[in-house]
Amino acid sequence: MIWTDLQTALGRQGYVASDDLAVALHLALSLGRPLLLEGAAGVGKTEVARSLATARDTRLIRLQCYEGLDAAQAIYEWNYQRQLLSIRAAAEDGETGKAVEARIFSRDFLLERPLLAAITQDSPPVLLIDEIDRADEEFEAYLLEILSDYQVSIPELGTITATTRPIVILTSNGTRDLSDALRRRCLYTYVDYPDRETELAILKARCPDIEARLGAQIIGFVQKLRAEDLEKTPGVAETLDFAAALMGLGIADLTTNPTMLQSALTTLLKTQTDQAQITPEVAARIAGRAA
Amino acid sequence: MSRVTRFAGRDPGPTARIAGFIAHLRENGLRLGVAEAELCLAALTEVNPVQPAQARRALRAVCTGCKEEAERFDALFDSYWMDAGRVKQKVIKSPSSAMSDDVHSSREASGQAAKSAGAATAPDDGQDEADSDGTGKLIATEVRNLSRKDLRDMIRPDDIAEAEAIARRLGVALRDRRSRRRIAARKGDRLHFRKTIRHSLATGGEPVRLLRKRRPDRSRKIVALCDVSGSMTVYSRVFLAFLAGLMRADSTADAYLFHTRLVRITEALRDKDAMRGIGRMSLMADGFGGGSRIGPSLGLFAETYARRFVDGRSVVLILSDGYDTAPPELLGRALARLKKRGCKILWLNPLKGWRDYAPVAEGMAAALPHLDLFAPANTLADLADLEQELASL
Repeated sequence: MIWTDLQTALGRQGYVASDDLAVALHLALSLGRPLLLEGAAGVGKTEVARSLATARDTRLIRLQCYEGLDAAQAIYEWNYQRQLLSIRAAAEDGETGKAVEARIFSRDFLLERPLLAAITQDSPPVLLIDEIDRADEEFEAYLLEILSDYQVSIPELGTITATTRPIVILTSNGTRDLSDALRRRCLYTYVDYPDRETELAILKARCPDIEARLGAQIIGFVQKLRAEDLEKTPGVAETLDFAAALMGLGIADLTTNPTMLQSALTTLLKTQTDQAQITPEVAARIAGRAA
Repeated sequence: MSRVTRFAGRDPGPTARIAGFIAHLRENGLRLGVAEAELCLAALTEVNPVQPAQARRALRAVCTGCKEEAERFDALFDSYWMDAGRVKQKVIKSPSSAMSDDVHSSREASGQAAKSAGAATAPDDGQDEADSDGTGKLIATEVRNLSRKDLRDMIRPDDIAEAEAIARRLGVALRDRRSRRRIAARKGDRLHFRKTIRHSLATGGEPVRLLRKRRPDRSRKIVALCDVSGSMTVYSRVFLAFLAGLMRADSTADAYLFHTRLVRITEALRDKDAMRGIGRMSLMADGFGGGSRIGPSLGLFAETYARRFVDGRSVVLILSDGYDTAPPELLGRALARLKKRGCKILWLNPLKGWRDYAPVAEGMAAALPHLDLFAPANTLADLADLEQELASL
C-alpha cells in the first residue's frame, strides 16, 4: 500500500487528510511507530484515529488523558469487590489460601483498561491516546515503557505480552511540553488549520448537500475570522457546526441576513470576549469580504 | 531553490547522505541520534524518495518533534538537499561550531519576538528625557538600547551558587496540594483497596489492617519573566543570577527576559557551564538595558509561550519595576489572559522595598488586581525571605 491509497481510504470515511498527514500516517503504519499529532483544538486530530479505525475496519480503543490519570485507570485494575466476595465464599467452602490466591489473581478478576485492552486484541486496533499533555509526566514515562516493549507487567499475574501491536496515535494540544523521550519515540506531525481548498473539501465531504455558493462563503468567512485576534480560534469542527446551523436556519447567503448570521456565530465563537469583539458590523464586514 | 543538490561522484551513497543530513540537522540544534538515521532510511523506503516532496514529508515526520522544529525543517531540508548542500555543510563544520550555534539561537529568538515589537520601535531620538515630568523618578524609556552588554561581567559564579540554593528552597516551598491521584500513605484520607486486599490474604481474607492513601504534594513549575530594561539595570545583577540559579536548581523551570521584546532564555541557561549560559543569554538579550514595553511583552508571552508552558500548576514570577511605556490597559489585559491559564502570578518589584512606595505607576496599578502576591525584592536575601509567603500560597 502506498500513502495515497491511505489518503483515499480516509477520504472515503469523510476525512480529508493533508499530504503531510497522510505520509506520516502511512509511515506510522508501515514502520510500526506511534504517531504524535499536535495542533490547536478542533483541527481534527482525534477524528484521524476514528476514521483510520473505520477505514481499516478495526476497533478504536480510546484513552482520554487527564490530570491525575494513573495506572489503575489506564492499564488494569483488580476487581476488588469480586475478590472480597470470592475470599469470603472460599472461606466457607474451606478452600486453602494458595488456591484462593491463585483464583482471585487470575484474568477473570482483572479489569482491563484501554492500554491493556489494546495489546490483547486479536487484530491490531487503533489506540488513540487523546490529549497526552493533560496526563502528568509520571504517566508519560509509563506510557513510554509500554510503547517500546508492548508488554505490561502485573506483579500477581506475570508479564502480558502483546498479541498484536496496536496502531498508536497520540494527540496533544500543547498545554504542556512533552518529554523529549516521548517525542523521540514517535513520528510527529503538526496539524494546522486547513487552507481554503482543504477546508472546502472537508465541508463537502461532511455536508454533501450544501450549496456550492454557501459552502464557499462559509469557508471564506471562517478563514477570515481566523485571522482576527480571537481568544479561541474556531477549528474545523466549529466550521461544520456553523454550516449545519446555517443550513438549519435556512440561510442561503451570508450577506443577506446579519441578525441570523450573528445568532449562528454562537457555533464559532466560544468565549464571551470573542463574542463581544465580533459585533454584527464586524461580522457583516467579514462576510462581505468573504463573499 | 528547487534545484536538487548534486553530490560529488565519489559520494558513498544514500546511507551516507542521510547520515550527513542527520548531522546537518544536529548541527542546527535538532536532537537526533543514530536511531533516527536508521528510521529515516526505513521511512524513505516506504515512500517514493525520488520525489523531493514525498521525501521531505517522510523525513519531516521522523526528524521533527515539535512545532518549532517542524517549521524550521523546510529551510534545513532545502539547504541540504535542494541547494548547494555541500557548501553549507562546510560552513557549518567550521571550527567555531559551538559559537555558530549560539548565534543561530539568538537570531531565531529575536526574529520571533521582533514580530510583535517591530512596528512599535520608537525613532531613535537619542537620550531624550525631555518629556519626563522632572520629579527625578525612574522613567521607562522607549528607546531600544542596541549596545550589547556582556552579562558575564556583571554576574559572579558565587552569586549563581547562592541563587541556586535559594531557588531550590523556593521550589520546595511552592508545593501544589491538589493532586487528583492518591498514593499509599500511613495517614491517608481514603482506603487503599489494592494494598488492603493483598494484605488481607495473610489473615484469611479478613481485612484486619486497613491501609490508606492520600494525595501527594506536587511541585509547581516556576516560570520567571525578568525585566531587563534601563530602569531595572541596578537590580538585574541580582535577578539574572537568580534566574541562572533557578534554572540550575529546578529542571522544570522556564525563564524569559523582556525589555522592548520578549526572549526565551531557558535553553541558554540550561547550559552545563553556568558562565557560558550567561554568555549565551547576553547574546540573546540584544538591547539589554534599553526601554521597557511590559504590556506587549507579557501579552506576547500569554499568547504564545504560556499556551504551551503555563498550566494550573505553574507559578509565573514577574521581576519588574512596573515602569511601562506602553498603555497600561495592555498590561492588565495580558495578565488577565495569563491568569486564565490557571496559574498563580507573583510580581516582585524592587521598588516596593523603598519607604513610602505606592504602586502609582499606571502599569503597576493596572496589574495589581491580577496578582496573587506583590512583594518587594532587591537582593538575593529578599528573595530568600519569600519562602514563607510562597509556602502559604
